[in-house]
Amino acid sequence: MTRLTVMFAALLTLAACSGDYQALGPIGGESGTELAERQVIHIGNGADPQTLDPHRAQGVPESNIGRDLFEGLIAEAPNGDLIPGVAESWEVSEDGKIYTFKLRENARWSNGDPVTAGDFVFGMRRSVDPATLSVYSFILAPIENAEAITAGRMPPDTLGVTAIDDRTLEIRLANPTPYFLGLLTHSASYAVHQASLQASSGEDYWRPGKLVSNGAYQLDQFVVQSHVKLVKNPHYWNADAVTIDEVYWHATEDINAELKRFRAGELDMTNVVPKAQLPWIRENMPDRLLIAPYLGSYYYGLNVTKPPFKDNVALRRALALAIDRDIITKQITAAGEIPAYGWIPPQTANYKGAEMPEAAWTQEEREAEAKRLYQQAGYSAENPLRIELLYNTQDDHRRIAVAVAAMWRQVLGVETTIVNQEWKVYLDTRNQKRTQVYRAGWIGDYNDAYTFAEIQHSQSELNNTGYADPEYDRLLALAAAETDLDKRAEYLHQAERVLLDDMPLIPIYFYVTTRMVQPWVAGYEANIMDHFRTQDLKILKH
Amino acid sequence: MLRYSLRRLLGAIPTLLVLIALAFFMMRAAPGGPFDQERSLPADIEANLRAAYHLDEPLYMQFGRYLGGVIRGDFGPSFQYRDFTVTELIATGFPVSMRLGGSAILLALIIGVTAGSIAALRQNRLTDHAVMTVSMTGISIPNFVMAPILILVFAIYFRWLPAGGWGGGQLRNMVLPVIALALPQIAYISRLTRGSMIEVLRSNFIRTAKAQGLSTQTIVLKHALKPALLPVVSYLGPATAAVITGSVVIEQIFGVPGIGRFFVQGALNRDYTLVMGVVVFYGMLIIAFNFLVDLAYAWLDPKVKYS
Repeated sequence: MTRLTVMFAALLTLAACSGDYQALGPIGGESGTELAERQVIHIGNGADPQTLDPHRAQGVPESNIGRDLFEGLIAEAPNGDLIPGVAESWEVSEDGKIYTFKLRENARWSNGDPVTAGDFVFGMRRSVDPATLSVYSFILAPIENAEAITAGRMPPDTLGVTAIDDRTLEIRLANPTPYFLGLLTHSASYAVHQASLQASSGEDYWRPGKLVSNGAYQLDQFVVQSHVKLVKNPHYWNADAVTIDEVYWHATEDINAELKRFRAGELDMTNVVPKAQLPWIRENMPDRLLIAPYLGSYYYGLNVTKPPFKDNVALRRALALAIDRDIITKQITAAGEIPAYGWIPPQTANYKGAEMPEAAWTQEEREAEAKRLYQQAGYSAENPLRIELLYNTQDDHRRIAVAVAAMWRQVLGVETTIVNQEWKVYLDTRNQKRTQVYRAGWIGDYNDAYTFAEIQHSQSELNNTGYADPEYDRLLALAAAETDLDKRAEYLHQAERVLLDDMPLIPIYFYVTTRMVQPWVAGYEANIMDHFRTQDLKILKH
Repeated sequence: MLRYSLRRLLGAIPTLLVLIALAFFMMRAAPGGPFDQERSLPADIEANLRAAYHLDEPLYMQFGRYLGGVIRGDFGPSFQYRDFTVTELIATGFPVSMRLGGSAILLALIIGVTAGSIAALRQNRLTDHAVMTVSMTGISIPNFVMAPILILVFAIYFRWLPAGGWGGGQLRNMVLPVIALALPQIAYISRLTRGSMIEVLRSNFIRTAKAQGLSTQTIVLKHALKPALLPVVSYLGPATAAVITGSVVIEQIFGVPGIGRFFVQGALNRDYTLVMGVVVFYGMLIIAFNFLVDLAYAWLDPKVKYS
């Protein structure tokens, strides 16, 4: 017994203090750029893809795989810049409403067929067709008639997309949409191979052996709950520049297990990093940890359709000012998140974010102002505010909620009841507006301020605070119709100011992405959308 | 015997019906639905989706539709895995769980029965104490603690075995999950065997055997083992069903593509059909295994007769 215990303890100690660093040779050989013989990469992808149908895809796992399987008219460089995809060049009409794309002559499907403008017409019509059951078809909403088609009021062939010839594609928009090229990187805009899709029963088309794709890779295996394996598409127009031959996208729901597989050398990249392990990682493998800003806002929504927040701006602002964001980002989330005093992330393209006027103040000054506003709103130590704070069950959310409740109590004397609900229950409660304060996060669907601005529009189904301000809606409408990028940014900036003055939501921090990458993976760059394509990566000798 | 089997099979039908009804209505009673997500869907799109999955029909009609499907062996399309039917998912996941769980239960049976018998023969001696201490530890350390420790030691430190993944069921991928899954079973089975073996060894017919001068080996293997296994067998029925329908924790930690994870992921995603499919399948398995246990009883224990 004793011996066993000792052995067990010894093993544990050994395992605990062992470095995972096995003696590595110089990465990339002498030159530092020498490639490994086997060009195979294993990437943690969070969950399984829900589908490989680009038009029905909605989650991050399927869009990651989609960027390898398919190529849109426009693609993204490793740093996130928009680059030509299947389209080699394009022109935009003066009013910003007509886009004419010239397609590459050598673009090919994985069966060797040329990729034509007609394939994109077919793809986009299918994407907005209500029969496809796409949940991201709104990405194409700027295109003429798209919304009416999705709503079933017009047939799909009325979509403003026309193949002028095999290599020329015209897209007509309802409104000038300066971020339209960015939307064309989204899977909802991809072309699909008409002949093979229509020849199959449809049900099993998205399987190995059937799916025809036009990206750098083609589908080889899909083992549910294990991995999706892709192999190089020999017909891809830029196949000579593709180094990695095989890609494994692993389903890694358990983030601790994912990290262990990374440490065991089985994964070359993880999807995320467990927060609790960050201190250990920073100490033991800091060079493999990549943290970068992400296009997302973490916030507390206030239900402004009911008391106590209805028509009570002073109270909303008091709660917003009483939160010490530095404590939250430095001591609770602690991955490098950026304290948020505005709603739209600072790195958003073509935009300069607005901030609460108190952003430049010290926290003491903010708290003094919070107390003043709290009293102005009619509350005091004798008559404290009692509210319910709802979050979806998750440890980080709980820790933030506890901290915020403590800050509100300390600064203002607010009595907060913290309530947690399982994700789907929480969504239901939030949609039905049975809330007072709820935690939420918003990740931009495309790199533009509008993706954040639109969720507080009075008519948006995404508006869970119930905020409705005519001035805000008016500024958004002006922005939507504006072709001049600077003017448009100014409208959106003004709208954000209005929002921050009214404070229907309390920004807390801007997200970051955390990812582990092995030192032999070359070509990876973190970018604000957290998008990358395996064709830009290489495995160095190691 | 045949009549008994037939009666048992017919008796299973109402049990299954109750199970299906309970699972169906409880699943629907949970707030939230399969299409709820951070980005709420435009009303038109949500209506299309609900219609496509018949969620717009009254609940009793959906139930009838579901029952009809089950009778035809069709568990419907999965909400979460949009390119697969639930039947397909179970058909690909079950063999994996079966292989993993079957190996674990076999390993547990061999080691557990051997260790338990040895402990019983050496009652209250060092070997007995050692076996029982180890098995007590086995019972009290939960899977989700044991599995990461195994990974840490054998995959990350020694690098002998993979930390995760199934590799199509290769031996090296199976070792750690099978051990992690078998350990608590070994512990439990060895305790059960020890207890009942001690009882059997004290019984009159064993004393008679001893008086006849038979060797210990013959007594244990030929006479004592069979009756001593009775409690193990009755434990084995539900345990096997539980282990081969997949362990959520083990599958998640080792990235094994079995059906255990469908339970939890399905429920979290409100994938109604997937959860229902797994529940019904699991129900059928438990009924089948209990039936097998009863048959095994008749073979092991001459006092039990079925007619």
